[in-house]
Amino acid sequence: MNKNSNNVKILSGNEACAQAALAVGVRFFAGYPITPSSEIAEVLAGELPKNNGVFIQMEDELASIGAIIGASLTGVKAMTATSGPGFSLMQENIGYAIMAEIPCVIVNVMRGGPSTGLPTLPSQGDIMQARWGTHGDHQIIALAPFSVREVFDMTIRAFNLSEKYRTPVILLLDEIIGHVNEKVIFPADNEFEIINRPNPESKDNYLPYQETASDIPPMANFGSCYRYHVTGLAHDETGFPTNNAEKINQLLQRLERKIVKHTDDIVEVEEYLLNDAEIGIIAYGSAARSARHAVKLARNAGIKTGMLRLKTIWPFAEKQIRDFSDKVKLWIVPELNMGQIAHEVEWAVRGKVPVYKYNKVNGEPINPEEILNCIKDKINV
Amino acid sequence: MFDYDYYLRKSKMPLIWCPGCGDGIILKSLIRAIHKNGFTKDNVVMVSGIGCSSRLTGYVDFNTLHTTHGRAITFATGIKLAKPHLNVIVITGDGDATSIGGNHYIHAARRNIDLTVILFNNQIYGMTGGQVSPTTPSGKKATTAPYGSSENIFNISGLAIAAGAPFVARTTVANPVQVERYINLALQKKGFSVVEVMTPCPTTFGRRNKAGAGVDMLKWQKEHSVTIKSAEKMSPLELDESIVTGIFVDIEKPECRTEYQKVIDQFKS
Ligand SMILES: Cc1ncc(C[n+]2csc(CCOP(=O)(O)OP(=O)(O)O)c2C)c(N)n1
Ligand code: SF4
Repeated sequence: MNKNSNNVKILSGNEACAQAALAVGVRFFAGYPITPSSEIAEVLAGELPKNNGVFIQMEDELASIGAIIGASLTGVKAMTATSGPGFSLMQENIGYAIMAEIPCVIVNVMRGGPSTGLPTLPSQGDIMQARWGTHGDHQIIALAPFSVREVFDMTIRAFNLSEKYRTPVILLLDEIIGHVNEKVIFPADNEFEIINRPNPESKDNYLPYQETASDIPPMANFGSCYRYHVTGLAHDETGFPTNNAEKINQLLQRLERKIVKHTDDIVEVEEYLLNDAEIGIIAYGSAARSARHAVKLARNAGIKTGMLRLKTIWPFAEKQIRDFSDKVKLWIVPELNMGQIAHEVEWAVRGKVPVYKYNKVNGEPINPEEILNCIKDKINV
Repeated sequence: MFDYDYYLRKSKMPLIWCPGCGDGIILKSLIRAIHKNGFTKDNVVMVSGIGCSSRLTGYVDFNTLHTTHGRAITFATGIKLAKPHLNVIVITGDGDATSIGGNHYIHAARRNIDLTVILFNNQIYGMTGGQVSPTTPSGKKATTAPYGSSENIFNISGLAIAAGAPFVARTTVANPVQVERYINLALQKKGFSVVEVMTPCPTTFGRRNKAGAGVDMLKWQKEHSVTIKSAEKMSPLELDESIVTGIFVDIEKPECRTEYQKVIDQFKS
């Protein structure tokens, strides 16, 4: 797409996501329509064949995630996009992609739940589903952009992380971020980095799940003269199933380690006026848009307020939160859910300062004045 | 002597299959059919779901993918769409393909994507110890139908036919030559092809239903197989006690990945 630099466009978050996917080299999309994510599929249905790629609308979300994992295994960057109910259906095979180490990106444009819930209204209710939706112990990477430009950047980053660490990455938009239209200056194609999965150097003695120093085994494209076996069963370095306790442990510990030891590379936060702040806000996604405005309102009212914005949701920015907990007097955590991240914040803060939740689950966004009032309430101004 | 070893991963053996299980006969027939087609091992991708039958992929020297229960066809669809030059074969059981994965099965047939599905129908859930399947005949016993199944069964081939598959055939492991021949034709077909192979599970179905050992079940298959032609003259009651074998459909129709390529080519300058 944007071959010319400094491309200016007015786009929604969902459209920006689709454009970024093309820019980062996605050539396969499989999905099932669901509000408020469908625009991503609709844009890619039009654009992928123009770029020698394939779009397919599958029969459901179970099929969509299966198809993208299959396509990715052959070396093609692949993604799907959905919302809460569809994200629930994808969970088993997200675990498969983790276990078999197959890169792919799942965009979840969150809407209110549980169940069919609030199809057209915003929510941040899938934070924990993203973390623990699939069964078994596992690590996951999830990112949450807060503007249209950031949707573009984070879609690219989601693929880069997915390819680099051979793991599924969840991109958490919400209805507001997906549908808001903003003027965006897109980077030129040479202005962002593209990371591709590590390929093996030679066919000789290829071990698809080899223990390496980086903990990330090189990945051969399926059907490219490396004949190997892929399974969701616990497997050894050869990729074949094993019941050997030592080998099972070796695999599961490596899968854990390959994310945990790279936490610093994966976790990104934005510090906004935090240095002298007495009141700290921790927010992400659409709630962070309001929180940012609330910080300004509070400062205008003479209250030293700042925000730590979570750009990476999982792994959790525990270290950053703990460090700032030595500086702020309290944290306020506004979220469009019942406090899913606030609990994580409390755990990271470990009692150093109080953590106050501010939650809304009625389908309305949180507005800045509400956060300001919460700030005033907590400091009794 | 045909050299099976060239296609097998001998180091992964012994097979997990029980003595008397019919699945090994399908494995050998499949290998012969692939050989006859002249596919190179590198260009064959074999995708399976979960079940005894689906463990086949671990034993053959191709690009092999053992997926999740019911989803083999979805993974295979992604592979075929991304790399249409690959020969993509799906290995699946009756529960895998028509219970948990039934929706994918009919949609792949409707779509007409070029996959070859080898469907192992043992009329029971073998892997999990003999629970009732959508293909367990009514009255037959399973661990979860201890008094005999009260339900009707799916006609697996019939499902594929109704959904539009251009090649559908049914056979039994009692007739390995026919298994090989049907798979061979299915591999040649450009489109969604199904070979339903009736295969005995003496361990769970046989024992509980007093059908005897593997050989006895093979004998039963042989005695009760009827051709499509003779089936036409049989009463529904007689048909209940028979296995209708033969090629039900063998037609040409547009294949979805080929059609999609035309869309892509439109944009190539
Ligand atoms: C989501 C899910 N549900 C249930 C199971 C348990 N399970 C494994 S195999 C199987 C049935 C297999 O039967 P079939 O497909 O007929 O294959 P067979 O073992 O008879 O060859 C079941 C229910 C599973 N692995 N995953
Ligand atoms: S349980 Fe039945 S289907 Fe499974 S290996 Fe044994 S005989 Fe075959």
